[in-house]
Amino acid sequence: MTDEPIVVAEALRKRFGDTRALDGLDLAVPAGTVCGVLGPNGAGKTTAVRILATLADADSGHARIAGHDVARRPDQVRARIGLAGQYAAVDEKLTGRGNLRMFGRLYHLPRREARRRADELLERFGLMDAADRQVAGYSGGMRRRLDLIASLILRPQVLFLDEPTTGLDPRSRGEIWDAIRGLVAEGTTVLLTTQYLDEADRLADDIAVIDHGRVIATGTPDELKASIGDRLDVVLDDPAMAGAAADLLHTLTGAYPVLDGDRLSVPLTPGTLRLADAVRELDRAGVTAGDVGLRRPTLDEVFLRLTATRTDTPDTGAVDTGAVETTGAGRRKETVR
Amino acid sequence: MTAVTAPASHTGRLRWALADGLTLIGREISRIRQEPGELIAALIFPAVMVVLFGYVFGSAISVPGGGNYREYLMPGLFAMVTFTGTLAVTMRVATDASRGVMDRFRSMPMARSAVPFGQTGAEILNGVLGMVIMAGAGLLVGWRAHNGIWQTAEAFLLLALMRYALSWAGCYLGLVVKNEQTADQLIPLVFPITMLSNSFVPTGGMPRVLQVIADWNPVSALTAACRDLFGNPGAPTGDAAWPVAHPVAATLGWALVLLAVFVPLSVRTYRRRGR
Repeated sequence: MTDEPIVVAEALRKRFGDTRALDGLDLAVPAGTVCGVLGPNGAGKTTAVRILATLADADSGHARIAGHDVARRPDQVRARIGLAGQYAAVDEKLTGRGNLRMFGRLYHLPRREARRRADELLERFGLMDAADRQVAGYSGGMRRRLDLIASLILRPQVLFLDEPTTGLDPRSRGEIWDAIRGLVAEGTTVLLTTQYLDEADRLADDIAVIDHGRVIATGTPDELKASIGDRLDVVLDDPAMAGAAADLLHTLTGAYPVLDGDRLSVPLTPGTLRLADAVRELDRAGVTAGDVGLRRPTLDEVFLRLTATRTDTPDTGAVDTGAVETTGAGRRKETVR
Repeated sequence: MTAVTAPASHTGRLRWALADGLTLIGREISRIRQEPGELIAALIFPAVMVVLFGYVFGSAISVPGGGNYREYLMPGLFAMVTFTGTLAVTMRVATDASRGVMDRFRSMPMARSAVPFGQTGAEILNGVLGMVIMAGAGLLVGWRAHNGIWQTAEAFLLLALMRYALSWAGCYLGLVVKNEQTADQLIPLVFPITMLSNSFVPTGGMPRVLQVIADWNPVSALTAACRDLFGNPGAPTGDAAWPVAHPVAATLGWALVLLAVFVPLSVRTYRRRGR
């Protein structure tokens, strides 16, 4: 096989009535990596996954999985993919083990092999104790894990995870993340859609931000964060000084600071202002600050900035990110990988 | 594990489709094993009908040409449960569609026709169980088959064929409604359809329009065929409508039409992607 990325989408288009769900979507996921697909609701994430997983046909464009065209060789594609999350499920009336055996047989494994594989997966993903219980009695997290492992029966080369942790509590999310990391370590390629940006940040090697059915930005999480620059945060001792401090920060950076409670935050163009200079200037102006710090933007901020520019929001970046402060306020991101 | 890819030959594909269909029938058996209560509830219902109709309504209805009403009733009840079973398939298919199980099937390298064939095949299992219970209840209240083993077997085969043909209609309906709530709401609609027939009362006393509808209702043909083959009272008189006068042929005809329409329709709807 050539060096072609294992998942390739070229100019995919799909309409539902008057809605353009996909409007020329391009995507390339190199083998062995995790690609996080981010986008607001209705951006086309799920439609893209459905087309790549052979559940839906594109109106035009091409998509290939491991070199096989999804429209022309769906059987070849289906033998190489796993699908889990929002749109794939298990039979609630069967036991966990019963489900995995059934799916194993439907993947055309010999009976004994289907049993062996079911037990192996239940053991590995910590569901052995619940193996003989009806799925209807599983917790949300257990059900998702079963859903995930049902898609692993054939050891897929490419795993599509459509919002795999939506609605789960933090602990269950952590368990799903661990499972995904384990799979990636073994060489599985993962295409992940998610509403949770921290999920993409923790898991994805590359991120594709899509909006209105097309990719509007791609890059590693760090590249995307760097693209909108760091921010300077100043926590004021005396909120009455906010006006003076904001004027000063505007003079220093050329950007408009945003006030959130006692915190002033201003975006920085890379290389324009050193932290030490900022502290000295504030001091000279008589502004006493409890904390002054440079902060890497969160992926939430990147996401909102990128998607906001496509919908009519006012000009300055400060206004866009102003909305961000209420959601992602002051959270310092650490990279897990 | 090596990638399992579909066999290229026709026979290989057929083998896959059969294997997948059998796996899905096995799934139904597992479900019954997990929730026997559901099956028991479904099986008690026809037995309750035997008592309710046989003794409550039966006390006030006289059979044309004379005879025991419960003997007259049983073929009608056999036909009725054959028709009401249709929506059980609808329910199962719609549940699979709304819960995403069907999408998982579609994303797997399975034979495309396996899912509808498996779902309808599983219904044969339910149908046979239902018939056994029903026949047992009938025997208890005095119903007998009078025409010997071959005609009796013929009657049960006809019921099974009709049930299978109807399960394809049910499967199609499930693929179209795609959610359990809607499927659930369809259940009350089946009753009037089975009642508007000769299964409980002779059609002769109905208003003209209803009588025509009742005579051409496939439920009537099936009921008349069973009465004929079991040797139960209520045989049609000389001027009966064609389907009632030739009930076995009419029932076979209905079954073949249902299969001819709904097998391709269901398979096509299941395959059709990009909804």
